[in-house]
Amino acid sequence: MKCMSLRCMRKNQRGVIKAIRANGEMGRRLRDMGLVPGAPLSIKGRAPLYDPVALRIMGFTLTLRNNEADHIEMEVED
Amino acid sequence: MISSTIALAGNPNSGKTTLFNALTGARQQVGNYPGVTVEKKQGTFSLNGREFNVIDLPGTYSLSAYSLEEMVARDYLALEKPDMVVNIVDASNLERNLYLSLQFMEMGLPVCIALNMMDVADKRGISIDIEKLSSLLGVPVVPIVARNGKNGVKALLESFSGASPQLPPVSDRKQGADLLNPLVSISYGNDVDEALMEIEKIVVENRFLTDRYPARWIALKFLENDEQILKLALEYGHGTDNGCPCRDCEHRMLPCGVEQRESDLCRHPFFQKIDQILFTLTQHLEDTIESDPEAVIADHRYGYIRSILKQGVVSRNYNEERLQISDRMDMILTHRLMGPVIMGFIIYALYYFTFNYSERPVAWLDFLFGWLGGTVDTLLPDGQLKSLVISGVIDGVGGVLGFVPLIMYMFFFISILEDSGYLARVAFMLDRVFRVFGLHGSSVMPFILSGGIAGGCAVPGIMATRTLKSPRERMATLLTVPFMNCGAKLPVFMLLIAAFFEAHRAFFMFMVTFISWLGALLVAKFFRATIVRGESTPFIMELPPYRLPTVRGVLIHTFERTWQYIKKAGTVILGISVLLWAMMTFPGLPDEKADMFENQKREIIESSPDEDSLFFALDTLEKSRAQAILQHSFAGRAGKAMESVSEYAGFDWRINIALVGGFAAKEVIVSTLGTACSLGETDAEEPESLAKKLSETPGWRPLTAISLMIFTMFYAPCFVSVVCLSKEAGSWKWGVFTVVFNTLFAFMLAVLIYQAGSMMGF
Repeated sequence: MKCMSLRCMRKNQRGVIKAIRANGEMGRRLRDMGLVPGAPLSIKGRAPLYDPVALRIMGFTLTLRNNEADHIEMEVED
Repeated sequence: MISSTIALAGNPNSGKTTLFNALTGARQQVGNYPGVTVEKKQGTFSLNGREFNVIDLPGTYSLSAYSLEEMVARDYLALEKPDMVVNIVDASNLERNLYLSLQFMEMGLPVCIALNMMDVADKRGISIDIEKLSSLLGVPVVPIVARNGKNGVKALLESFSGASPQLPPVSDRKQGADLLNPLVSISYGNDVDEALMEIEKIVVENRFLTDRYPARWIALKFLENDEQILKLALEYGHGTDNGCPCRDCEHRMLPCGVEQRESDLCRHPFFQKIDQILFTLTQHLEDTIESDPEAVIADHRYGYIRSILKQGVVSRNYNEERLQISDRMDMILTHRLMGPVIMGFIIYALYYFTFNYSERPVAWLDFLFGWLGGTVDTLLPDGQLKSLVISGVIDGVGGVLGFVPLIMYMFFFISILEDSGYLARVAFMLDRVFRVFGLHGSSVMPFILSGGIAGGCAVPGIMATRTLKSPRERMATLLTVPFMNCGAKLPVFMLLIAAFFEAHRAFFMFMVTFISWLGALLVAKFFRATIVRGESTPFIMELPPYRLPTVRGVLIHTFERTWQYIKKAGTVILGISVLLWAMMTFPGLPDEKADMFENQKREIIESSPDEDSLFFALDTLEKSRAQAILQHSFAGRAGKAMESVSEYAGFDWRINIALVGGFAAKEVIVSTLGTACSLGETDAEEPESLAKKLSETPGWRPLTAISLMIFTMFYAPCFVSVVCLSKEAGSWKWGVFTVVFNTLFAFMLAVLIYQAGSMMGF
């Protein structure tokens, strides 16, 4: 197990959200979409210009910009 | 007949609108919620002899009052108190969907859950124990197939009120709600629960909003830092005799605004007490678990949902690694290289179909209005009335209706792209580019339609900004799409290019497109740094699975939007059209001038040797008379008066009048220029003769043409666009702003180019 920011995750890598360091509107939107500590997710792909990133969580696909992904700390396998 | 009100609520893409369409069919109305641009859809249907009003609430993921949609949905539920909330839940995505359901239950609303897309869940190998889910949540749960909604909803209605289709009357709601939905009380952990109880007590003691919401829900919102509730709490007690200690307002009916929040004087003891609890809790959570109340509450909500789902409600028998069809499609459609190429093709096709397929109906409408004009021409005697009916009324109404086929086709194809889920992918792929300019990935569609590929139209472009959900980005897009080169600006460019740059046609056409994009994006960036500044809205967006759009959904969508356009635009436009006609007609020639033309006419008739030369001479005379009338009209005088300013950009009075006329429709620039140069009305489609004339007119040089092209590109959009833009922006203020700002901006550029060019000797 090691920790990294969501931005640095590779395509198809899986991990569990460790912490979310965002408050206000951003924090709320992330939580409304199911991004809460303990939730498992995997990286589905990136847009042609590497930003935003698409991820799979709770069985649906969500997109986030890289600077928004920075607020999310992940715990990944290996 | 007793009627009950049902509100449909749920996440976006959960099939809410499909169910709404299936229930109400054609019996629906679309409007806006007062003061905001969020669509309000209502309809009716009857079942077992009972009448039901259905409201399709905007799709939301939560009820946190951050976005307009959430505010609207929440206010509706709290104030209108529908008899039942039918919460459409996507069965293949229970965990996130139930997050919203919990919030309805916490609000004490009579909720029924309609489980949609069981078939999709089945395919994915998810099976759901519906009875268990219902008993654990404490609300009725019924599986439905949204596409043929009545069956499922009938079952829902029955489960709601026992076997009888009779709903409890509104007055008994509390009781009914208690029976069916004992207010869920989720535990949010000791610290939060304690604070909740304390705040709840204070809320009840002060009867703060208790007529609208359950006290526990209000307490929760305080902990969630909810802007609306905090604001109401700050205003609480002010202007009443409840003892507002605020020295500034002294009960003078002035609610203290949020800006006064810092001043403790302004706070009612009620708020002070709550604030103290909030402060203590926030500190405590920060010190112990490095978190805040909002996050803790969300964690516990999801925890509650997971604990329910784990009690045997959901069983999965599938391999998570297995790719669904949608994922496989995305591997191609959002592929790094293929994705953008395919997107290019799809956008081009959309554009091609919209503008080509609408060509024929547009021609029919043109024909119809031409015929109408012709009929009026023969029926009415010559004079001002005839001119008013033909040039003012018929041309004005024709101008509005002429856009209808375009708008219909545009919404038809956009609905397909939107309902299928592809539009979200377009936003995903292009967001990085548009973000540089403070816009959003979804801004691309409006830009393209307005003429991003030369030849579009700003009206459908403006209306397409509805697909943008982020308010600041939407406003910046809305204000800059009119800079694109619509089909009506093209004849102007063609004319000028043909007259002065015949040899470099392709290059100039390319530059025209390039400059309009550059200008629009840079101005958007400027707006985002000034009048609509603010952080970019988070791009936290769902990529819904690809779905085949329903014919019915697409058609309903298309027709209701088109009808809205006709209704909104039609009324205002007729008035402006008549006004413009009057400006270019009145006050007419003074008597001596009119006599002069009459005398000349008589002379010509008497002196002409043969019919051909008579005809020619009369035609020339008629053209110079038309020029004289135009020059003498209010528009002409304005054009003349503006000459002292406009000459800095190289425009004489003729160009000024033509540009004033261009406010009616950009192609009018060409025809008015024709009249002003005493060439008679010039057909915008065949401007060759005018081009020749222009290139020979003294004072006209290539630099004038470039300056005029730049001005035409950026100045005030035609008034149909201005009307639509004001409606979409929600205020006439924005329409006025666009006219003033764009004209000044265009003039500045034109002057810059003309003066710099003159100095360099062009």
